[in-house]
Amino acid sequence: MSNYDAIVIGAGHNGLTNAAYLAKAGLNVVVLEKNEYIGGAAVSRELHEGWKYSNCSYVCSMMRQALHRDLDLGRHGLLLVPYLGTINFGDGDERLFSYHDEQAAHLELKRHSPHDADAMHRFQSDLTRYSQLIRKTLLRTPPDPTSLRPRDIMEFLYLAKQFWKLGEKEIYEYVRFFTMSAADFLDDYFENDLIKAAMASPGIIGTALGVYSPGSSYILLHHVMGDVDGSIGAWGLARGGMGAISAALAGAAQEHGAEIRTNAGVQQVLVKNGKAVGVVLENGDEVYARIVVSNLDAKRTFTRIMEKNDLPDGIYEKARNFKIRGSSGKVNIALSGMPKFSGVPENRYINRGGQGFTGSMETMERAYDCWKRGRWSDDPFVESVIPSAWDPTVAPPGQHWMSNFVQYCPPELADGPWTPEKRDQFGQTVIDKIERYSPGFSDLIVHMEVRTPHEIEQEIGLTEGNIFQGELTIDQLFFNRPFPGYGQYRMPVRNLYMCGSSTHPGGGVSSACGANAAREILIDLRRPNTVPEDDFYDE
Amino acid sequence: MASYDSIIIGAGHNGLVCAAYLARSGQRVLVLEAADEPGGLGADREFHPGFHTPIAHSVSHFSQKIANDLKLTAHGLGAAKPVPTVGLNTTGAHIILQEGSLSGAGTDDTRAYREYSRLMLRFADVLKPFWQKTMPRIGMNNFSDLATFAHIGINLRRIGKKDMQEFLRVASLPVRDLMDEYFDNDILKTTLGWDGLIGAKLAPRSPNSAVLAMLYRLAGESRGAHTIPVGGVNGLIDALSKSAMASGAEIRCSAEVGHILIDGNADGLTAKGVRLANGDTVTADRVISAADPQRTFLDLVGVEYLDIGFTNRIRRLRCDGYVAKLHLALDSAPEFEGLQQANGRMIIAPDLDAIEFAFDHSKYGECPDSPVMEIVVPSINEPSVAPDGKHVLSAHVMYVPYQLKGGWNPTARDRVCERTIDTIARYAPGIREQIVHQEFLTPADLERQYRVTGGHWHHTEFAMDQMLMMRPTYEAAQYRTPIPGLFLCAAGCHPGGDITGQAGHNAAHEILR
Amino acid sequence: MNETDPYAGERLKKSPFYLRQEVLNIRNAWAAWNGYKFAEYYYDTEYEYFCVRNTCGTYDICPMQKYEIQGRDAEVMLNRMVTRDVTKIGLNRVAYCVWCTDDGRMIDDGTIFKLASDKFMLTCGSPCTAWLEKSAFGFADVTVTDVTDEIAALSLQGPTSCAVLKKMGLDGIDTAKPFDIMHFPFHGDTLMVSRTGFSGDLGYELWISPTVALDLWDQLYDAGENFGIQPYGEAATNMTRLEAAFIMPFMEFNEALRTVNFEHDQTPFELNLGWLVDFDKPHFSGRRALLEEQKRGPKYTLTKLDIEGNKPAEGSYIYKDKRCTREIGYVTSAMWSPSVKANIALAMIKTEHLEGELWAEIYYEKELRQYNRVVRCTRKQKPFWAPARARATPPPDF
Repeated sequence: MSNYDAIVIGAGHNGLTNAAYLAKAGLNVVVLEKNEYIGGAAVSRELHEGWKYSNCSYVCSMMRQALHRDLDLGRHGLLLVPYLGTINFGDGDERLFSYHDEQAAHLELKRHSPHDADAMHRFQSDLTRYSQLIRKTLLRTPPDPTSLRPRDIMEFLYLAKQFWKLGEKEIYEYVRFFTMSAADFLDDYFENDLIKAAMASPGIIGTALGVYSPGSSYILLHHVMGDVDGSIGAWGLARGGMGAISAALAGAAQEHGAEIRTNAGVQQVLVKNGKAVGVVLENGDEVYARIVVSNLDAKRTFTRIMEKNDLPDGIYEKARNFKIRGSSGKVNIALSGMPKFSGVPENRYINRGGQGFTGSMETMERAYDCWKRGRWSDDPFVESVIPSAWDPTVAPPGQHWMSNFVQYCPPELADGPWTPEKRDQFGQTVIDKIERYSPGFSDLIVHMEVRTPHEIEQEIGLTEGNIFQGELTIDQLFFNRPFPGYGQYRMPVRNLYMCGSSTHPGGGVSSACGANAAREILIDLRRPNTVPEDDFYDE
Repeated sequence: MASYDSIIIGAGHNGLVCAAYLARSGQRVLVLEAADEPGGLGADREFHPGFHTPIAHSVSHFSQKIANDLKLTAHGLGAAKPVPTVGLNTTGAHIILQEGSLSGAGTDDTRAYREYSRLMLRFADVLKPFWQKTMPRIGMNNFSDLATFAHIGINLRRIGKKDMQEFLRVASLPVRDLMDEYFDNDILKTTLGWDGLIGAKLAPRSPNSAVLAMLYRLAGESRGAHTIPVGGVNGLIDALSKSAMASGAEIRCSAEVGHILIDGNADGLTAKGVRLANGDTVTADRVISAADPQRTFLDLVGVEYLDIGFTNRIRRLRCDGYVAKLHLALDSAPEFEGLQQANGRMIIAPDLDAIEFAFDHSKYGECPDSPVMEIVVPSINEPSVAPDGKHVLSAHVMYVPYQLKGGWNPTARDRVCERTIDTIARYAPGIREQIVHQEFLTPADLERQYRVTGGHWHHTEFAMDQMLMMRPTYEAAQYRTPIPGLFLCAAGCHPGGDITGQAGHNAAHEILR
Repeated sequence: MNETDPYAGERLKKSPFYLRQEVLNIRNAWAAWNGYKFAEYYYDTEYEYFCVRNTCGTYDICPMQKYEIQGRDAEVMLNRMVTRDVTKIGLNRVAYCVWCTDDGRMIDDGTIFKLASDKFMLTCGSPCTAWLEKSAFGFADVTVTDVTDEIAALSLQGPTSCAVLKKMGLDGIDTAKPFDIMHFPFHGDTLMVSRTGFSGDLGYELWISPTVALDLWDQLYDAGENFGIQPYGEAATNMTRLEAAFIMPFMEFNEALRTVNFEHDQTPFELNLGWLVDFDKPHFSGRRALLEEQKRGPKYTLTKLDIEGNKPAEGSYIYKDKRCTREIGYVTSAMWSPSVKANIALAMIKTEHLEGELWAEIYYEKELRQYNRVVRCTRKQKPFWAPARARATPPPDF
């Protein structure tokens, strides 16, 4: 039996962040991880000799730079490099290249539609405006709308002031934007289908909504509000894969004295007299602490590692109703050489970027229709990137690794449970799709890993394999995340907290959930705050 | 001097309500209606000799305040008895909702329904006052505007912390999630969820707007139950017309408006009257349009008189209708399996997926394979709408797209009409043999025949981004438009569509303010 | 542009005059404008500047956006879009215009050429296709065509410009009044010449089909050989326009549709362009908002400043007092004017403080060390450079 100030369940990036800040405040912290490796979905594991790459999560833009700086992650080995533009592949021969360079980007858009090339400026200004507002909330605890405590009221006033600064008309536009579908939102700017599809694709990633579903424009924003060095909407690759982020966070946590135990899956949270007092591990060991912080998703926390009897009335039902839908698959492919794509110039810059096998709005939506019917589409949306094009650490020289994110993939199939055969068929669908655009692609394959929501759940423990730890719809955002009344990281059982993406501000490798939770815990424990209050953003 | 104080374009129910209020205040009011009788989508339609039904076949939340103010009972509006809502099941195990009670569901569902309906009615009460008020702009507030906002806040707090939290979550839920949280029975889910979806481009999985639509419909005196007024919906229209005329309003039918006359000089623009399609002009101090916003601004006013950003916002309004109308003239009463009498509002949607999948086709401009629909047989409650012993079946068929891939033609229309009748025949096997005449109106037909853009019931989609002070756009949400002297008064304004009269009421209130 | 060229996005387009300019640009000082490769300067900015003020220079305006607006409703459509009364523009005349959002915030400025009763050309600095299409929506008979790539355009500015054109054989060009358009036959094509420009001096702009663009260049340079003709780039243009107190996008104003922050764009009144807003017109986009602003008075006013000393006030704040306690504005463009030998600037100053004292806090560098000083600013009513020849018809011989 051992005794700590705090137990953090799960060594995902938010758990590690949380532990780092608690340890920094002088608490005696232990992080308990069920797997033999840390990082949750932000991992780089060597599953095939010579290749060591991001197995699940693969790009990063949301990492809060204030935390990156504050935890000195650079010194702990983290280097985030923005990657160059993306090639979007249409259903047919159309290609849309997105360039970093403004002039090149404009010319390329103009090739598809002069109207859209022009409209892109307004689109980017508007998105930047929306992003700036939402970014101000990321490192802040959502206020409780039903509370009259001064802190909540002050927080609402702060938000109202930020809204007010938009000017009246932009407030309406903002509300409209927030509730619309990505398709409707984009219709106001663009006329070219491939441009729309390329811009809409962030609106479906990781979510059980389609481009035509209301609410998908917020998901779009959620994916573009991040930035790399101030350039909003840019995405970065971590040198050494996403595991480098977890390793750096673990390094920071350990430097501050946190202990990280792997192979230490939590069986149950111990609750005595309505207070969380510790956990029982799968091997039967008991670990005690003043507080317990769960980095697991809300559904798993309350339906798997908590006793229903330990919970106040209604919480179990809330957790059961928590929307956490698996909708994404991941196919990692090790390649013996760099694939060539048809209709793409031999441009070393554009080929250092990503590939969006986008198709069209209809292709994406039809893939969603398949998901609703419990199957995967023959023509899924695939977002790919070949990080080995610039990162020398992830594949042997001259060989490559291609990360393919697939939307949509159902957590359960209409025709029975997932089997290894079906999983491989799913992987083959993705290869076939890429092969369409890159003849000879399959000959380059050295090995591949396929993850359906089923594998993601088994491996990482994300319920249904949902990458956001819960859908990002209004009913589960901000003060509603994970449940109304529990939006401030404190959970219905005393001394129990949550710090994962099931809490505000939600999914993405941002570390914000973990940091915000640490701030609330330190308030409760009457410790001085160690968490940066604000991110730096451009006013 | 202008000939009238106010001209109202369109004698739909909102136009009539607005006219009645203005006339009661002493204004000289002229209502111009293009059709040969008033009523708009509520007007009587003789689709086969002796067989009548309006497009809007029932009323669920017509404002009681308006009925009282305009003395509609004195003008002949009979007391309307709520009809049951029936979720049809091919097995005959129907779900029946009548006067707040549920039958046909299991004990768990019945218990859950009590809690569900308590909560939803409570939420509906929170919002109720605001459907009858102008939604103020956020920026330039006077005292009464601030009071409106404060009222919302107080109403929300009054329902208690727990319910308030739940409200803030539930308000944006998709129908599917809400139903799955409470119920097991598929038919019960579709029956209750129907009111969140009907008339809109929303499916059970679509978040953000459906629950608000349900709460809007629950806010009426009948608490969501539909009624068929004595004399049909047309009885309501008659009473409204009589009330307006009794107060001195003039209603001129077969008088299609071609243009709204805009006067421009160094002082800017003002609406001065209208030019009719036949070339006559009528002048007035103000023009109030009960036509939909796109028709009003883009066709009747003309973009020349509008700001470019505003024009674009009007043009961007989502106005495509997704509801078609089926009218059947039957030689005898239809017999639905397991149903004694087809006197209710019957919903055909076997489960939420069936609605979702029907919707999926419409996204790509296709017609559903198995349409979902709401059926009323008005002749059972009101025999006068059909010849003796004969009957009328009226159905709202979802999701038939306004813009069909390849365009609408008689073959396409017949195909979806037959599919619809096939679907009905699964529940009423003898129906085909009873049909004397059939009529199917696609949204494109409704647009053409009723001059409603996109054939959309609600003039423009009832969605969160087109609601409240954003309906139809923030420049025109308080019934005033950017052109002095031009007002809006119908479903394209807050609070929205359905036969409620509230837009007409609120507009009149603003004009008289 | 070839729509199927997948390589298009990789490289900048070349102007029809590029082959000649490439030879002259011995410093390889290229920049980019609207996707065109475009000279920052050719040899030396100050030299090129003095050519414009002393002899004449050519400035490539091919990258400038050009739209042809045609149809029965073209005039109504433009009249609703811009704040000026388009019906008052005579045939073969040019008018400087601005257009605004519904809120009266400026989207862009440009010139409208009236080429026929139903045919206009609009030129502007940034692409405007989306807004033009929105503006044209709802009109029965108007088409908007982007003709940027179909017209080669060259600006010829400076005191000898008229003489060069005369030498080139453009008979009667001296009778062209400011903002007049004339047409001349040229190599089987038509050369359109407008007496317009961005230098504040005597000058013309030449419009021609790209197929004969190089012929035009050669003939112009032959004719100009003894009149000091030289190409000049973006840097010299920026100097001449500042002396003429012309506004520049992203310097004096932020295009409204690209503005992120509330009211970080400008209105015509703030930019001193109230004279372009014609309230006699019953309607144009933004009229209501602008009328309110006119009553209220603009928040800021663009002001021409003559600043003590010789250190350019680029990026400076303007204060109400020498102790710099009350900030009342900011400098948008500033430089030492070689022609008028003054330290000039354009600044946005809060209107309510216009009448009081104005002080600029200037930071400057001397051999890597930073200095600052606070100096007095004097408001100027007239442009810093406005020679009589710019307006005279016929223009005097240099």
